[in-house]
Amino acid sequence: MNLLRLQRYANRNSYLFALLLLVVVLAINYSLQPSLFELRVLNGNLRNWFPLMLLAAGQTIVIIGGGIDLSAGAMVSMVNALLVGSLLTAESTPDEVLLGALIACGAGMLVGAINGFCVAYLRLQPIVTTYATSFIYAGVALYVLPRPGGAIPADLARTYRSTPLDIPFVVYLIVLLILFWLALRATRFGQYLFATGGQPNAAYASGVPVNFVRFLTYVLSGLFAALAAIALTISVSTGNPRIGDKMTLDSIVAVVVGGTRLSGGQGGIIGTVMGIVILGTIRNIISFANVPTWSQTLVDALIIIAALTGPGLIRLIRRRFQ
Amino acid sequence: MIAQVRQRLSPPVIALLLAIALFFAGGLINPAFVNLTQAINIVRLAAFLGIIAAGQTLVIISGKEGIDLSVGAVVTLGAILVFRLSNGQNEALLYAIPIALAAGALIGALNGVGIVIIGIPPLVMTLGMAGVVQGTILVLTQGQLVGGTPPIMGQLISSPLIGPFPGVIFIWLAVGVAMWLLLERTRFGKHLFAVGVNRTTARLSGVRVPLVVIATYALSGLLAAFGGFILLGFTQTVFLNLGGPYLFPAIAAVVIGGTVLSGGKGSYWGTMSGALVLTLIDSLLRAMQLQEAYQLIILGFILVLLISIYGRQSDLRQ
Repeated sequence: MNLLRLQRYANRNSYLFALLLLVVVLAINYSLQPSLFELRVLNGNLRNWFPLMLLAAGQTIVIIGGGIDLSAGAMVSMVNALLVGSLLTAESTPDEVLLGALIACGAGMLVGAINGFCVAYLRLQPIVTTYATSFIYAGVALYVLPRPGGAIPADLARTYRSTPLDIPFVVYLIVLLILFWLALRATRFGQYLFATGGQPNAAYASGVPVNFVRFLTYVLSGLFAALAAIALTISVSTGNPRIGDKMTLDSIVAVVVGGTRLSGGQGGIIGTVMGIVILGTIRNIISFANVPTWSQTLVDALIIIAALTGPGLIRLIRRRFQ
Repeated sequence: MIAQVRQRLSPPVIALLLAIALFFAGGLINPAFVNLTQAINIVRLAAFLGIIAAGQTLVIISGKEGIDLSVGAVVTLGAILVFRLSNGQNEALLYAIPIALAAGALIGALNGVGIVIIGIPPLVMTLGMAGVVQGTILVLTQGQLVGGTPPIMGQLISSPLIGPFPGVIFIWLAVGVAMWLLLERTRFGKHLFAVGVNRTTARLSGVRVPLVVIATYALSGLLAAFGGFILLGFTQTVFLNLGGPYLFPAIAAVVIGGTVLSGGKGSYWGTMSGALVLTLIDSLLRAMQLQEAYQLIILGFILVLLISIYGRQSDLRQ
């Protein structure tokens, strides 16, 4: 009976399971690392997780709209290379930094628009299309910045690390991200987004501009990839033309752990934010639990599979008991 | 006009024609590109990709967003198992190969159970499994890759076997015939296409859907492990990311060969043509001796172009 009720809640609030998991992993992490909630540790963790959080936020929007973006990591590499390789130097003035950030966002939206055009208007399959375009963006990254190096103004990293009012600066940014999502969901685009991902044919029949909505999800994904690249660039203070390559798959796992369904039409960025914290905390636990070095990858993967299995198992058990 | 041609020519035929055209286009760029040695070399390289893409073809035909991202890790595992268990002894292959294939099939079956029984989306299930396999490799080897490649593998796979043709080409042809028989001449093949088109109607007409899906992923794992064995015959040594670089090219080969990602439609000989096209493009770009940045950009554009020739989905208006 309790399982049944849990299942009904889980259906209505897709991120309920993520929330449960979040509490459990945070408790385990806290028991292993009592300093977890101290300002310094909290700030360090959130700072490390924030770039991937932004990337996964964009991925969430694409996935809700029924697509997927395998070029997300390559877009991060490209924007990082652009920022360090041609837009900024260690001596850039604040005005130049602002201009550089705006150009970076524009570049992200432009490549996102290329993805969106191919998927929404040329009707190409999202997985292979974004995989193919990822080569183009990776190539541009290598063209702009052939080898790792470069620097950006040190002030940026200081601000990123600061703790105004004893709250990490990143927390304000995360709150902004969540407010953005709540606002977006309330707009007409937000309604169209869920309709497009859930029932594209029905949505089309009832006058939703399905193709345009799909196009916009990829533009937003490009924008978020650019923002992720900006945060990452500030965080590491240097450039690497392959820096984002490994982030794509992590962003997808975070979205799914956060309760968004890969089939589209359901989910949200709040769940994804939790998904990122869950993944990061799991990695903390592994490093604090003295897991032998050679076993870390296996333990990490097993925990992630367990996290993915959770919601499905609840459904399965429920069916068995009916 | 183009639409008519497209209707008459199936994607595998287009891909094959494209491969031949590309090969001779290579001659325009570099006359040394067009000769028998080079052709054999390209077919040999395509054979590795094609064998690794065989299981992926089956999984993608099975539909419901079917995809197997654990293939790269299983290829590596298969190669490492053969490398370690045989330890360079020809006779030891008699048990090393079955163990490697069984390990691949088991991993694939676990993927299938997670996907069809528990209901995890294939993309993340197999991605998670890739991590588990990579992790298991690290635990088992502790980073020490000891072992050896039996000399017979080099003779049978990468050295010229009949005339100038290396054995891997014949192995690939055999895999092609076996895949064709499996897909077109067995009950499993018929059921697989039925499951790919529509799982509900398949179930209602008596197909045991979960069994077919689990068997499909198990076959994918088995074929990936076999791909690892074949690849080992070529590289003669193993490293921790041996199979990784083949994962997405294998998926691209399947799609370029006309197998639809939404499932229920496709062929292995399309995948074979796709593998040839991809290998040719790669060889051409290398022959042009461009910077890596340009190579990547051109490859990306060509892939988008190839996908847009026949990878299009149906219009909502229809």
